[in-house]
Amino acid sequence: MSAAIAQRPESEPGYNFAYLDEGTKRMIRRAILKAIAVPGYQVPFASREMPMPYGWGTGGVQVTAAILGRSDVLKVIDQGADDTTNAVSIRRFFAKTSGVATTTRTAEATVIQTRHRIPETPLTEGQTLVYQVPIPEPLRFLEPRETETRQLHALAEYGAMHVKLYEDISRHGHIATTYAYPVEVAGRYVMDPSPTPKFDNPKMDDCPALQLFGAGRERRIYAVPPYTRVRSLDFEDHPFRVQAFTQPCALCGARGHYLDEVVTDDSGGRMFICSDTDICETRVAEAAR
Amino acid sequence: MSPPLLSAHGLTKAYGSRLACAGIDLDVTEGEVLAIVGESGSGKSTLLSLLAGELAPDSGQIRYRMRDGQVRSLADLGPAELRRLMRTDWGFVRQDARQGLRMAVSAGGNVGERLMGLGERHYGRIRGQALDWLGRVEIDAGRVDDPPSQFSGGMRQRLQIARNLVTAPRLVLMDEPTSGLDVSVQARLLDLIRRLSAELGLAVVIVTHDLAVARLLSHRIAVMRAGRVIETGLTDRVLDDPEHAYTQLLVASVLAA
Amino acid sequence: MYVAVKGGEAAIDNAHRLLAEARRGDQAVPELSVAQIREQMALLVDRVMTEGSLYDPDLAALALKQARGDVVEAVFLVRAYRTTLPRFGASAPVDTGAMAVERRISATFKDLPGGQVLGPTFDYTHRLVDFALAADTVSEPAAEAEPRADAGTCPRVTDLLAQDGLIEPSPRDDGTPVGDLTREPVDYPADRALRLQALARGDEGFVLGLAYSTQRGYGRTHPFVGEIRVGTVAVEFVPEELGFAVPLGRVRLTECQMVNQFKGSGAAPPQFTRGYGLSFGQSERKAMAMALVDRALRAEELGEPVASPAQDQEFVLAHCDSLQATGFVEHLKLPHYVDFQAELELVRRLRAEFERKSDAVEMQEAAE
Repeated sequence: MSAAIAQRPESEPGYNFAYLDEGTKRMIRRAILKAIAVPGYQVPFASREMPMPYGWGTGGVQVTAAILGRSDVLKVIDQGADDTTNAVSIRRFFAKTSGVATTTRTAEATVIQTRHRIPETPLTEGQTLVYQVPIPEPLRFLEPRETETRQLHALAEYGAMHVKLYEDISRHGHIATTYAYPVEVAGRYVMDPSPTPKFDNPKMDDCPALQLFGAGRERRIYAVPPYTRVRSLDFEDHPFRVQAFTQPCALCGARGHYLDEVVTDDSGGRMFICSDTDICETRVAEAAR
Repeated sequence: MSPPLLSAHGLTKAYGSRLACAGIDLDVTEGEVLAIVGESGSGKSTLLSLLAGELAPDSGQIRYRMRDGQVRSLADLGPAELRRLMRTDWGFVRQDARQGLRMAVSAGGNVGERLMGLGERHYGRIRGQALDWLGRVEIDAGRVDDPPSQFSGGMRQRLQIARNLVTAPRLVLMDEPTSGLDVSVQARLLDLIRRLSAELGLAVVIVTHDLAVARLLSHRIAVMRAGRVIETGLTDRVLDDPEHAYTQLLVASVLAA
Repeated sequence: MYVAVKGGEAAIDNAHRLLAEARRGDQAVPELSVAQIREQMALLVDRVMTEGSLYDPDLAALALKQARGDVVEAVFLVRAYRTTLPRFGASAPVDTGAMAVERRISATFKDLPGGQVLGPTFDYTHRLVDFALAADTVSEPAAEAEPRADAGTCPRVTDLLAQDGLIEPSPRDDGTPVGDLTREPVDYPADRALRLQALARGDEGFVLGLAYSTQRGYGRTHPFVGEIRVGTVAVEFVPEELGFAVPLGRVRLTECQMVNQFKGSGAAPPQFTRGYGLSFGQSERKAMAMALVDRALRAEELGEPVASPAQDQEFVLAHCDSLQATGFVEHLKLPHYVDFQAELELVRRLRAEFERKSDAVEMQEAAE
């Protein structure tokens, strides 16, 4: 086992393994199984109050708690990074309540909980990516009513979704949605990929890993099973395109990674570095050897 | 003679103890413009909502001859089939354009929505069709990217018509489409409706309280009072030689005005 | 070389230590005990219990101490603790008609069996700051009440109206299990039991604002306070293996029954209708607001037009919970670098396109 994996001896006394009681976990697992059976469909589930606030990853935390086993190795990222405060907080929560091993290495993790990014390192079979989702409903800003949006999904009435893309093109000459870019899953349901940049959308398509999405406040779970077609909505003559960065990462020199812009001084100094800290550090270490 | 496009039998709808529609029978043939006239509260708007499937009748049924020639009862269609019918083969032009349009979406987007709903995924073609239809309803092509919130009342109604006709429906329901408009704007809109319905061979059911509108547009008239159709016939016959006493009163009151 | 600073474990630990210090405040001032909060901040404790959906005054007082007096934070602590509690079952419905009444008022009848009991209330006090309280004081003992002849019988006002058939009958318990919105996701339309649960847990300020809006014409309900009563009731539980009720103890509740005008529909005769509010401890404002909103949310069931926010159950239920609201509002504090980067890139591109276009226009104008 690699040095990057931190093994803790045992879990927090007084709490069940991974915080939630087994009855609650079973309820969540049932929702997950249904979600896997109907890819892209939002399954309602009885979200519990967690010891962190709604909107801070309670949906992802509940999904992770429900699927975590003692032999799992957990990685938690926020904005692509393992060391952002919320990622640290959630990783510590599971280390404390479950005692499972944690890691920052994408390749070593069996369960990766994420907010806003998909790791650059390609995911593999047997891995599960758990997304934290704030607004699971891709139609929400076109139609605020749950009763109405559920009907639109049931009837696969997605014309309004394309109206939004049409409006983008007629106003800007191109589609101006940059994150939470809607996708069609397995040719049926239109799904919100959570606020990941559209740069990450292609990684969802035909992915060998299981992708689970948890929205705690909105009480929904949805899933993309391994090797499922995930298509970003677009027009034939205005095909989906991802952002391209003109410069490489200032730290590891990588091209084709999503980059964070860092302000280095107060006179307009800027640098661009990988948002995925794991791959960046790995590349820097390899180069130093 | 081919069977009617739409036929209603014994349509009844009550609100509490008040009958808004009582056993209404109605046929509409292809290419025919039928006007439903009556005072407010006569049940004509309820009838239109029943025909549009927005209200469920307490009893009675509506049958429609689908594009494949099969005659189906609307009650037997699943919700998906019904909605598909409504946005392809049917149109509904509402009195209040704000209910029939997306006010914050551009004119082009409004016209293109039905096409996108049917799976059209080519921006250029959608826009081309939108521009074509804006032309046919006499809206300047330069306004294609403006939202209807910046349009006048008459333009909004014309945009609503374009939005409905883009999928080449065979039946269009209209609820007082000209009310609230200036007389000159009204005349232009009526002219447009008459021209398009003739050109496209549309069947139209138009609800109006205005007998002049009925005379100008319709082939046939149904007069409603207190939830019942009390007289039907060819428009000229009903307006020039009304049989029912109430129709006579209605016609006389317009002439007197 | 540049090293990205993105927080980290040490920073979190230090922040938590600072928080503990700030919570304690000036060490020269004696520390508050949980008992002091429970006894002297009783209405605050009641609110935390009500919105926390857990009747435990000591726990609520402790939560308030830990939360530095922040109500929503205290509710959060209580709710998160509640999640982990095992569930044995549901108590038998409490009988508020048999309440040991400490306060009971009706705005619809001047006098009634059991009488009007003012009890401990801010009503009719002059809101003048009492500077005497700044010094430690011993309060005067309360006056002893003259026992009334009909003391002990305190029927609910709505039961009195029901005898004449003037108010809609209280829905019968038909044995259908009552949902639990903390265990099942809400499916719209939600039935009245679920709506009442949501309102009981709902943020007092939000529910109050909605209730107020109905009085100002946004979903008018013509309400009268049929009755507000505060007091203790017995809680009983029927263990399956015993088959009879076992007393568990007593809880203090506030119940409000609003009586609302209703003109009747095709199916129902003109009669008064009900709006219901119930809260832990003495939480009158909450119980009243809840009753008003409960009645407003019955618009559809009673055949009234649904046109105002307080009548719209999706709007009310989806937004009344302070934890859901505060969590999502406050999550904006979390890093959004990645999304912002995507937007930054888009705005730069749009600006570049905008400038190219205006340059082109200028060139054209210059050429003409």
